[in-house]
Amino acid sequence: MIKQCDNVIVQSVSRFLTPFILLFALYVIAHGHYSPGGGFQGGCILGASFILSMIAYDIAEVKRRMTEKMNTVLTGVGVLIYAGIGFICLLLGANYLDYGVLAEILPVGTAKARALGTFGIEIGVGITVMAVMVSIFLNLASGGEHEEGSVE
Amino acid sequence: MKIFALIAVIITGGLLVFSTNEMPDWGSLASPATTHVSPRYLEKTIEETATPNAVTSVLADYRGYDTLGETTVIFTAGIVCILLLRRGKKS
Repeated sequence: MIKQCDNVIVQSVSRFLTPFILLFALYVIAHGHYSPGGGFQGGCILGASFILSMIAYDIAEVKRRMTEKMNTVLTGVGVLIYAGIGFICLLLGANYLDYGVLAEILPVGTAKARALGTFGIEIGVGITVMAVMVSIFLNLASGGEHEEGSVE
Repeated sequence: MKIFALIAVIITGGLLVFSTNEMPDWGSLASPATTHVSPRYLEKTIEETATPNAVTSVLADYRGYDTLGETTVIFTAGIVCILLLRRGKKS
C-alpha cells in the first residue's frame, strides 16, 4: 500500500519541511498558555511530521529513526508523565493534580507553579498523542505488518 | 409491532422538540452555563494560574482530571490498535 516514492521533488520538499513542522509542533505545545493550542493539537502535528516522512520515503526508513519499541514506550510515557505530576502533588500533601503545591519544590509562586504544572501535563499529552498517531497510521497503512507494499 | 415503535419514536421526538422551548436562548447571559462557574474561571484565571488562555487553564488545571481521562482514552485506543492490527512477519 505504501511504497517507496522515488519522486525527488516530494522527498526534497518533505525533508525540507519536516524541521519546520517539528518546530511548529513544539511552538503549539509550548504556546498553549497564550494562544489556541496545547498538547492534543501539538501532538497531532508532531505525529503528522512522522507520517509525512513515511509517505515521502518509506516505513522502514522512518522506523530506523523511530523504532516500534520506542514508539510503544512513548505511548505510555506520556500518560505516565501526566499521572506522575498528579502523584507528585499527592506526595506534597495536596489533592491529585492540584499543581499549586508544586511551588514547594519549584522556585516560583503558586500561580506560576500551576502554569508550569499545566505545561508539564501538556507535554505528556503531546507525547502520547504523537506516539498513538504514528502507531495507528503504521498499523492501518501496512495492514499490521509494518512493511511497505505488503498489502495490495 | 413496528407501528408501536413508530408511535413511541414520534412521541419521544415530539417531547424533545417541545422541551427545547424551555432551553435558554443561544448565548444568553442568564443561562446556567454562564452564571455558575464560568465567570469565576474567567475572572480568576490570571490570578490563580498565570495562564492568559482560559481554555487551557480550564482544560488542564481546573478540569485536569477530565483531561487525564481523555489522554488515557487515546492511550487505550493506540494500544488496542496495536493489539488488533499488528502482525508478525509472514513465515
